[in-house]
Amino acid sequence: MTADIQYKIKKETRLRAGHHFVYALLRALSVVVLITIAVFFLMRLVPGDPAVMVLGEHADEAEIQKLREQLMLNEPLSKQFAAFLGNIFLHFDTGDSIKYGVSSRDLVLQYAPVTLALVAYASVITVISAVILAFLAATHKDSLIDHAIRVIPAFTQGMPVFWIGLILISVFAVNLGWFPVGGVGSGMGGFWHSLTLPAVTIALGQIPSLVRSLREQLLEIMDADFVLTLRAAKIPESVIFRKHIFKNAFVPTLMLFSVNLSYMIGGTLIIERVFAVRGMGKLLFDAISNRDFPLVQAVTLYCAVFVVLISLITELIAAKADPRMRQKEKSFGNNAG
Amino acid sequence: MKPILEVKNLNVDLKLGKNISKIVRDSSFEVYPGECLGILGESGSGKSMTVKSILGLLDGHFTVSGEARFNGRDLLLEKGETLRRMRGKEISMVLQNPMTCFDPLFRIGDQIRETFRTHTELGRKEIYGRSIEILELMRIRNPEEVMRKYPHQLSGGMLQRVMIGIAVAMQPSLIIADEPTTAIDAITQKEILDEFIRIKGEYNTAMIFISHDLGAISRVADRIIVMNKGRVVDRGTFRQIVDEAKDPYTRLLIEKRKAVMGQYVRVLGNKEVEYA
Ligand SMILES: Nc1ncnc2c1ncn2[C@@H]1O[C@H](COP(=O)(O)OP(=O)(O)O)[C@@H](O)[C@H]1O
Ligand SMILES: [Mg+2]
Repeated sequence: MTADIQYKIKKETRLRAGHHFVYALLRALSVVVLITIAVFFLMRLVPGDPAVMVLGEHADEAEIQKLREQLMLNEPLSKQFAAFLGNIFLHFDTGDSIKYGVSSRDLVLQYAPVTLALVAYASVITVISAVILAFLAATHKDSLIDHAIRVIPAFTQGMPVFWIGLILISVFAVNLGWFPVGGVGSGMGGFWHSLTLPAVTIALGQIPSLVRSLREQLLEIMDADFVLTLRAAKIPESVIFRKHIFKNAFVPTLMLFSVNLSYMIGGTLIIERVFAVRGMGKLLFDAISNRDFPLVQAVTLYCAVFVVLISLITELIAAKADPRMRQKEKSFGNNAG
Repeated sequence: MKPILEVKNLNVDLKLGKNISKIVRDSSFEVYPGECLGILGESGSGKSMTVKSILGLLDGHFTVSGEARFNGRDLLLEKGETLRRMRGKEISMVLQNPMTCFDPLFRIGDQIRETFRTHTELGRKEIYGRSIEILELMRIRNPEEVMRKYPHQLSGGMLQRVMIGIAVAMQPSLIIADEPTTAIDAITQKEILDEFIRIKGEYNTAMIFISHDLGAISRVADRIIVMNKGRVVDRGTFRQIVDEAKDPYTRLLIEKRKAVMGQYVRVLGNKEVEYA
């Protein structure tokens, strides 16, 4: 048997990379569709009459009827669903907010930027600190630095996020006066400055688990055969680290971060309350306490689509960085040849 | 003739907490130019640790003592980056599992180029040409195509050919192969082994060939040392080892091998059989 028999060529690599993109897109779309359906039934599954829930037991019968009309509750379910879908796909909307009387979509778009800024800010803090800490821990494995990095953050992880928020407020806002106690500052500088404490609070909740997994990843990669081979070939240590170890750690970190991001968004909504930031969190809590169904639906849907979008982008970046992710099936020319 | 590598009283200790375990004990051996030294021993006997310690691939948990003179210079004393880089060109290594020895994120061509870039002054075009040459030398028929592949797209045998190609490319004076055929299926094993025999014949490069397989080692090695529990327990030519091994463990290895060969002979109905 010669080498060329054993070796079969994969001609369709490029084609398959295209396929991968289409599959990822389809998967993301189907998730969005499922969420849309779930959001629709959110309102229909509550026991009793949603209109009564909104207006209260003692509301005027005429008003209740009016709201039922507005929410289309008198129509057959299929017609309601069709209208709901139509509204979403044509206007990206879930109907007017009951409380505010304006498009739920417009409300979401009005409140989203602050939340997005907060999530982005927290993500940057999380990723930068986690990468630095994990790197230090891995390169000083089993030393004092390593133990400190692994043990100290565990304290903050055990606490509820709002508790960490309150501690930070009392230390850095009330006592030291470095940051505002709450609200969002004006101007570019003021805006980011006022978001610092909430962003740090969110990041503190994320960093420990990310550091731990990232440290494991780094250790595993530093121990991999290919690193030994590179060392044996006397490729400079700096090149091995920058080019090989870092790049191999990048993809798992990204994946992990993207999974964490959905938890992070949940945490952000709560933290906004603690710091009196008027974002999606405030909108959602108001909507829930007012039983503002269309608005709850809009917030849920937009948050979900955001998460799906992020994981889609993550997947595409990962596929770009790691050739193994572009192809599902294993290649030819397995040992038997 | 002066040995190209002369290892004297090599000790490798592993310190974990208060425990110190002796992984390699008082090993001495030498490799002469153009010669292939086989290191035989079962798994865990310290074969890999011996060569890793010589190449400075062990981390801080290990203490290495003794001497390892390569062309007269003691490798164990070398610290400077330039010296170490020089050595990378003069000694190359092929490891057991080719599937895990390439960085999965880079194309084969990039990985070959990296070695050239580190150890030579060649430009991009020249490196490409030389890369094609070494792949052809390893009897890989579509070198251009292979260069564009990622490791997971190639078979173990193919990857090991590339690895050996890279090892030979720098024209080292010593190649260390640590169980280079163990992780590969039986049919390809034979081809890879042939490749080593060919390199030995054509380039006259000194070689250390590590294996737990008496059959494989007997085909390439001129001289064999047998390791057991971190010690060198026997040494000599293949014939000497088979006929006069003193160590009970070596004898056991040989008896097992003979038994297998015996069955083989009976099945095939051959009268005379070599131990290989
Ligand atoms: N990273 C490690 N940490 C601790 N012990 C190790 C490590 N690597 C090898 N050893 C021990 O060293 C001994 C020799 O291992 P090795 O040289 O890899 O054997 P082999 O002859 O199979 O190549 C074994 O007993 C093994 O348990
Ligand atoms: Mg070994």
